[in-house]
Amino acid sequence: MTIELKKIDEYRWELPKTGAMRVPGIIYSSASMLKDIKQEEALKQVANVATLPGILKASLAMPDMHWGYGFPIGGVAAFDWENGIISPGGVGYDINCGVRLATSSLVEKEVRPRLEDLINALYQNIPSGVGSTGFVKLSIAEEKKVLKEGSRWAVRHGFGEDSDIEHTEDKGCMQNADPETVSQRALERGRKQLGTLGSGNHFLEIGVVDKIFDKIAAQAFGLFENQVTLLLHSGSRGFGYQVCDDFLAFMTKHVKKLGFDLPDRQLACAMIQSDEGLRYYNAMACAANYAWANRQIMLHRSREVFSRVFGLGPTDLSMNLVYDVCHNIAKKEYHIVDGEKRAVCVHRKGATRSFPAGHEGLCEKYRKAGQPILIPGDMGTASYVLVGTKKAMEETFGSTCHGAGRVLSRRAAKRASKGRAINRELEDKGILVRWTGRSTLAEEMPEAYKDISQVIDVVHGAGISKKVAKLRPMAVLKG
Amino acid sequence: MKYEVIDHTADFGIHVFGADAKDLFANAAFALFDLITDIDALKGLNEHEVHITGDDWPDTMVNWLRELLYLWTCKEMLVKTTDIFYLAEHELTAKVNFDSYDPDRHEIKNEIKAVTYHQIQVESGPLGWESKIIFDV
Repeated sequence: MTIELKKIDEYRWELPKTGAMRVPGIIYSSASMLKDIKQEEALKQVANVATLPGILKASLAMPDMHWGYGFPIGGVAAFDWENGIISPGGVGYDINCGVRLATSSLVEKEVRPRLEDLINALYQNIPSGVGSTGFVKLSIAEEKKVLKEGSRWAVRHGFGEDSDIEHTEDKGCMQNADPETVSQRALERGRKQLGTLGSGNHFLEIGVVDKIFDKIAAQAFGLFENQVTLLLHSGSRGFGYQVCDDFLAFMTKHVKKLGFDLPDRQLACAMIQSDEGLRYYNAMACAANYAWANRQIMLHRSREVFSRVFGLGPTDLSMNLVYDVCHNIAKKEYHIVDGEKRAVCVHRKGATRSFPAGHEGLCEKYRKAGQPILIPGDMGTASYVLVGTKKAMEETFGSTCHGAGRVLSRRAAKRASKGRAINRELEDKGILVRWTGRSTLAEEMPEAYKDISQVIDVVHGAGISKKVAKLRPMAVLKG
Repeated sequence: MKYEVIDHTADFGIHVFGADAKDLFANAAFALFDLITDIDALKGLNEHEVHITGDDWPDTMVNWLRELLYLWTCKEMLVKTTDIFYLAEHELTAKVNFDSYDPDRHEIKNEIKAVTYHQIQVESGPLGWESKIIFDV
């Protein structure tokens, strides 16, 4: 299959509207990154998304895009709230998979001598790996409270501070969450996993601020050079996977009502304003809230570990949450479409919200600077802090990229790592690694991912978010 | 050969073979648990009955593997063998033999989050049946 792309400018490529497409596709990429993108089915997926009812402006893809299920990873699509669809495949299995960043008062030279103790203690205190279970034991009734309250539940139970909630996207809670819309299976699957990292690409990373690009924004976010940071990447665990799967099965059965053939079953969807659509939206919100509570609990555990290892109280340690962003979500937001403010359902699947300074959705602290955006790279390279922009509101429904994106399959990565000790290679670069799964390290080796700096250059160059700081990893805990 | 592993950028899948439909579905179940754990280490002394339905062959395959994955992720059952006693395009009934998960005895090799419809194929030909299924991992 060949899809011809038309160059719009240095960082944007149009996938022209053909066949059943209702709108064109727009790909954010550089000319050099485009070659990899063209090799995959991802472009066809961008075109498939463009056929869905109620889609507005364009089917968008970020530079870290790759092949997903139904919707591509790195895909952004907004649908009219009254006459559009909502799709579990547009959010993904790991609902509200996301990232949070905390700063500290410590600098690299204070942490380096204790780094091994620190990562070992984190490894012992943050459950990780396949099927890991947490130390938070929930009854089904209590689990439903987690689903309603999100981060607030965690803070109410002593896992964190009020300011953490302020510094979380949507204050760590989607208000529409309705636990009665989720299955018994999802409740069962999620009951024992709260406060756990999970496996695969999820991680906890101790890093250091390597470079500041934007002094004013960095100051607003509380970042300074050589500062030690904590970055956490995890999601809604088995609970979210089950919600997605339940609704894919459910919507597959009801999709015929829409009166058109889906190009791919993973695109199963329902009109937002239908019983099926609203039920999914309210169940998905439960999973989003579960994920926020999950990351909140792990942040709290990490603070306790830092406190013990460095013998510092919370005030001296100052492990402040900079922000928590989700990158697999569908949300009701207001955007300008054809010069008119409209309620839309923005699907971000492997994409991050990018709200500019002055946006009413931001907490007081970031109203002037804009929203902090956290983009994790692979474990050997770098992660970035960006800030949201007006251009993102104009072009991408307030969205930007979410990470590096894979280039090697897990098996290809394993083959490429044969005979090599990835942990030694990382240690030689000054990065300590701890991991649980026996093939995790090989599968997640740095070469398995795209070059994060190229992804960042595109979103910065295109203006849909701006560089604030670069973080360099010191130690990584993998599931 | 019962199955081979398919490469996919972010995940992986299985290409399963069978002499007939029952054989194909049994081998798909074997492949799923072969990826999750070391099947040889299982005894399979416990029994459980499974009944699922589907809109067509691919849907029935996905629902079968979904159900088995549910037994693992929610009930901590590791399935050693399956005995499919009724199978048609829209329905399957089987007895499965399993071990209850014991972290000291059973190694978990892969976390499989979900069974997807992505490029799903279930086909029969002169040489038998085959199916391709991608897992979200």
